[in-house]
Amino acid sequence: MLIQHLDPLASSLFSLLAIACLLLSFVMLGSRWLKNYLYAFAAESWIIAALSTAVGYYGNYPELYLIAILTVVFRGMLLPYLIWRIIRRHDVGREIHVILQPSTSLVVGAFFVMFALSVSFRVAAEFHLELTVAVLALTVMLSMKLIGFLMLATRHEAVSQVLGLLVLENGIFLGSQILVPGMPLLIELVILFDLLIIVACFGVLVGYLMTHVGTTSTLDLKRLVG
Amino acid sequence: MIGGLLLALSFAPLVAVIGCLLLRYPRICEALNLVASAVSFGCALPLPFLVDGRPTLFWGDYIIIDRASAWIILCTSIVYLLASLYAIGYMRLLDEDERLFRFYALFAGFGLTTLVGPLMNSVGIYWIAIELTTLVSTFLVAFERVAESMEAAWKYIMVVSAGISLALLGTVLFYWAGSFVLGPTYQMTWAVLTEAAPKMNPVLLLLAFLLVLVGFGTKVGLAPMHSWLPDAHSESPAPVSAMLSGALLNTAMIGIVRFLSITRAANIGKVPELALVAFGALSLLIGALFIVRQHGIKRLMAYSSIEHMGVVALGFGFGGPLGVGGALYHMLNHSLNKSLMFFGAGNMMRAYGTKEIMEIKGVGRNFPVQGSLWLAGAIAITGAPPFGLFLSEFTIMRAGLKPFFSWAVYVMAILLIVIFIGFMNHFRTMYYDAAATDPAPTGRVSAWCAVSMWLSLAPLLVLGLWWPAAVWSYLVSIAQSLSPGVP
Repeated sequence: MLIQHLDPLASSLFSLLAIACLLLSFVMLGSRWLKNYLYAFAAESWIIAALSTAVGYYGNYPELYLIAILTVVFRGMLLPYLIWRIIRRHDVGREIHVILQPSTSLVVGAFFVMFALSVSFRVAAEFHLELTVAVLALTVMLSMKLIGFLMLATRHEAVSQVLGLLVLENGIFLGSQILVPGMPLLIELVILFDLLIIVACFGVLVGYLMTHVGTTSTLDLKRLVG
Repeated sequence: MIGGLLLALSFAPLVAVIGCLLLRYPRICEALNLVASAVSFGCALPLPFLVDGRPTLFWGDYIIIDRASAWIILCTSIVYLLASLYAIGYMRLLDEDERLFRFYALFAGFGLTTLVGPLMNSVGIYWIAIELTTLVSTFLVAFERVAESMEAAWKYIMVVSAGISLALLGTVLFYWAGSFVLGPTYQMTWAVLTEAAPKMNPVLLLLAFLLVLVGFGTKVGLAPMHSWLPDAHSESPAPVSAMLSGALLNTAMIGIVRFLSITRAANIGKVPELALVAFGALSLLIGALFIVRQHGIKRLMAYSSIEHMGVVALGFGFGGPLGVGGALYHMLNHSLNKSLMFFGAGNMMRAYGTKEIMEIKGVGRNFPVQGSLWLAGAIAITGAPPFGLFLSEFTIMRAGLKPFFSWAVYVMAILLIVIFIGFMNHFRTMYYDAAATDPAPTGRVSAWCAVSMWLSLAPLLVLGLWWPAAVWSYLVSIAQSLSPGVP
């Protein structure tokens, strides 16, 4: 296992990058502007790529360099570009109606992180890994998951829901780089490619929503009940 | 031999996808899709006879064919064939000839992804196959391009993608749990995980299983993660509804079942089974409540799917030869029966021009033959004899009569009775309420639609009257392979 005997420098580097990712997801929670979400997401992806490189270097997994390059290309550039095109084409700048004010969602997000921390601590204690970076990796993974779900639940612009979904995926990807760096390359490659298809599908659907429903706010999708 | 069949099984729809996109001529696309589905069915039919007790692996262990996946593929290919037959008649009514090639390309693609999903031996690749089924079927749900179907498609892709990302998290945790036993890099196949399971950490394993259960449970439509299902099933064209209900749900269910068998091998107590049983019972409850007070005809069928997936979940949760065998038999019966119900609902929707149950009157009088087929299907789907679902539901109930789960059997029995009354009440309204003033519906039903309804009802009746001993022992052997560690 990589995380059991990691030198302190590497350990603190991993922690720094993971925490930076977590902070960026709080940037998304605290803003109402879609552009901010997008920049935060792109920055998150670059940081994950840096993390992959670091894990590859310290853990001696050369295939992670390839993953890092692909992460930058797909998650860091191509996906943000596709989403930026959707935003520009449909001229949606920000969330108009918010259920939860940004400040409130920041507080809720903080509670999620505490919850995630306690769960991760419990799991890591099972393996006597309480003092390693595993706790932090699990915490970031779970709390990005919860924050992503919070965004899905409280944001109504179609684009911010897509970004919420991508935050969910980013959390898993980040955690898996630290916890299971040896995961077969094929699976990681296919998941990266899969994301691209998902975003392309969402792009088409957002277009359909605009044409056939006349809105990109999911608040207006309330015909089907019961 | 098996390898050749599997190749043909998956290449036929692939050829149909490419053919539809290249040729674009609606009549040719129909024929291509029909031929592809017939070839798939022809290849899937002998599979259960050819596969023996040990799973066969292909392509560097990435493809697995065992008795369980052969059974699921058989169910899927039956629905695919029936739906392709029905689609020819139904889609011509929509007057969308210039977009029809896209429909058939997507439809064949949907058939392809649901057929190959259960064949995936790598847990990660299986997850991706399930995700792909979502992406392809979203556009089928959105095919009619009206506000309602857009809404349904959006909810579908959003809810299911978010849910299934939990399954990915669970899968990563399974891999992590395995890496303490097997070292940092290994092939994450079902067999490898099952073998390593007894040495894995129970807490992590339980956490991972619950995440996977919720994740794939979203795709199966277990309550309370079912919210996408009624919308997607009711707003898509009828053949797509049949595929979603009869094929897709089973494909996702097999994943839950395989993960459950991994946790069984680890021997970590009753919690995983109990969670599955609880989700099943809740699905039955939600299904029953919404069936009783339903207005839309296709939504009625959709909630019935939730109910039946609940029954299947109960069967797998109870376990043992009776539980697993009954659940697998129920999958086949449900696939046949729900296709029939959606076909009938689609016909009536077109004939009366409405989705509202209250506005559909005098079905028996206006459509004597088709009406009786549909009514027979309704009797079957509520679990009344002499149809197959009665046998399978009864078997599942017998499986549950053991100390830990008997409460679920009583819940199931009561809710099934409620559903029977509610469901039949809607059919009484549609068949026997006076409607002297209404003009008779003008639409007529093509032969394609009628044939597919006959073809789905006949086997259902046979399966209800005669449960061959060979099928039973086949299902029992699946149950044994899915319960490792149990003598």
